[in-house]
Amino acid sequence: MMEHWIIAPVVLPAMLAPLIVLWMRYDLVTQRVASVLGMSALLILAIVLMVSASNGPPEVYRLGNWEPPYGIVLVLDRLSALMLVLNALLGLTVVLYAIGSGWDRRGWHFHSLMQFQMMGINGAFLTGDAFNLFVFFEVLLIASYGLMIHGGGKARLKSGVQYVVYNLAGSTLFLFALGTIYSVTGTLNMADLAQKVGQMPADDTALIAVGAALLMLVFAVKAALVPFQFWLPATYTNAPGPVAALFAIMTKVGVYAIVRVYTLIFPITGTTGTLAHDLLLPAALVTLVIGMVGILGARDLGRAVTYSVIGSVGTMMLAFAQFTQGATAAGLYYMVHSTLVAAALFLIADLVRERRGRWGLSLVDAPLLRNHGLLAAFFFVGALAMAGMPPLSGFLGKLMILDATRGQWGLWATVLITSLIAIVGFARVGSQVFWRPYGFSDEEAPDLPKDMTSPALAFTATGGLIAGLVALTVLAGPVSRWMQGTAAQLFAPANYIDAVMGGAEARAQEAAQIGLHAHGHMTVIDEMRQEDAGSDPAVDPQTATPQTGHDAPASH
Amino acid sequence: MEVLVSSAIGVLTAAGIYMILRLRTFPVVIGMSLLSYGVNVFLFATGRLVVNQPPILREGVTSYTDPIPQALVLTAIVISFGMTAVVVMLALGAFIEAGDDRIDLDESEGDQ
Repeated sequence: MMEHWIIAPVVLPAMLAPLIVLWMRYDLVTQRVASVLGMSALLILAIVLMVSASNGPPEVYRLGNWEPPYGIVLVLDRLSALMLVLNALLGLTVVLYAIGSGWDRRGWHFHSLMQFQMMGINGAFLTGDAFNLFVFFEVLLIASYGLMIHGGGKARLKSGVQYVVYNLAGSTLFLFALGTIYSVTGTLNMADLAQKVGQMPADDTALIAVGAALLMLVFAVKAALVPFQFWLPATYTNAPGPVAALFAIMTKVGVYAIVRVYTLIFPITGTTGTLAHDLLLPAALVTLVIGMVGILGARDLGRAVTYSVIGSVGTMMLAFAQFTQGATAAGLYYMVHSTLVAAALFLIADLVRERRGRWGLSLVDAPLLRNHGLLAAFFFVGALAMAGMPPLSGFLGKLMILDATRGQWGLWATVLITSLIAIVGFARVGSQVFWRPYGFSDEEAPDLPKDMTSPALAFTATGGLIAGLVALTVLAGPVSRWMQGTAAQLFAPANYIDAVMGGAEARAQEAAQIGLHAHGHMTVIDEMRQEDAGSDPAVDPQTATPQTGHDAPASH
Repeated sequence: MEVLVSSAIGVLTAAGIYMILRLRTFPVVIGMSLLSYGVNVFLFATGRLVVNQPPILREGVTSYTDPIPQALVLTAIVISFGMTAVVVMLALGAFIEAGDDRIDLDESEGDQ
């Protein structure tokens, strides 16, 4: 029974979102209740799945009980479970913040778009099929287009168009990459791909390497790696605050896909060799430098935060580009940290923007804010964590990454110097925004927007993210041990492949035993490649991979 | 036929890339459509070009065309159609709001 829960993180928001649109359309209160309940259920579900995934091999859910590689599979392993929890946590916080700050009433369908967004992201983390990954990317993107322009306005719509066009071009590239890979291997199931790519002759890898590199470009667009980071600053600055906070996980979808594909299908020991490492390492270094220098050059608080997101993507990709177990574990820890801190900083920026009236987020002198003490403290903590200063998890994450990359002096120098630049940049931004009310001493603080529901709830949501950072710091030992286990699972792809591809014979025999006719096709593609005109596809299940056919329905 | 199909893909893709690099939203939308046509034909070709054969695998049938790319192309067509609709609506919204259909952001517009 447990295996059916694997699809629940996709099905639950997929059911809830239309309900919110169709049934609760004109009642914001029920929408809010449904949204919060949905997100809470998602979080509980994700935690249960995480517990289940951490004590065993990857679990597989075969949609419609079709056997891989024909059917689509969802695979739950430690990495995908971790991403599910992170996503649900962020989703709940963002919904609470959006309710508290009144953002959800500044346009239509915020809550249903949020649910669709959750569905797409969860699906992308769970799927074990490369084409299905494309489909879930599109689901999460189309929801994000709606969220990005939530509330409207000239600047938001214009940068929304840019964001959509950039991502459509990325999607086209994704299809080209998938087509190339399919034409070489004849499959799109990730586990089957891993097997097929592993068996390819070493002197005939040009086309599959092209496919692997194209796929890398696609994921680099999503993860905002240099030279594909141009879409991010305008998008994140102009998106509504809570949406920008949710988008903190969107770059991680790209990072997740890189980690998944280049440990499973194109491992560094495999046919395509160090291709991924050679492409990623320089890109990550430049991304880190551009991101952190961008903080220094930013002319407003929002831009500073978006550039710090780019920088943190660069930092974690430095770790993942090593493709060693230790560095990957460090990168995973840093990824959790960076998602939480980026979301927190976007929410803080939004709180500041709402309280600064016509001065917005720009770095000019302005009257003292309402709640300026608390906000300044929040920003101070967030900036410390983002820059990687002790005592918070950013420092621990960077320390782990440096520890895992001993001996690479260029990398060490880049990480340390860019951290210093980030500190200077954040100090400049923070002191300008929070400490320079000169000339406005007799002026009242700007008014709050009229449509705020509950500023306290908005503060609580932001504080929740910061509490998450503190928890990540305090529990660094157990968390990093768990990450070690996750990295170990990633670097033993045989378990993943076995979980997906294994057991087909047993299931076919079981189906045959209960009186149903079990077909024994050879795989379509093998047969096509061999063009073996005379062979009878129905052979005994011992030598060929038997597949339950159309007329052999689920046996359990 | 190989030459015809591959040059068609090449021309569609090249024209599409040229168009999405233009400054106004209308050529960009056209370019996105051309690109998606190009990629759809490309996906068809990934199952190898076979003429006049059914996309069905049954016992006794020895010659067929690969059905999977056809399913993939169907999905891709639906998605690209939907996405084109979204980008057209967005571009219209931006045009009505901003009064011009330039796709780039001014420096002042980038910051709020």
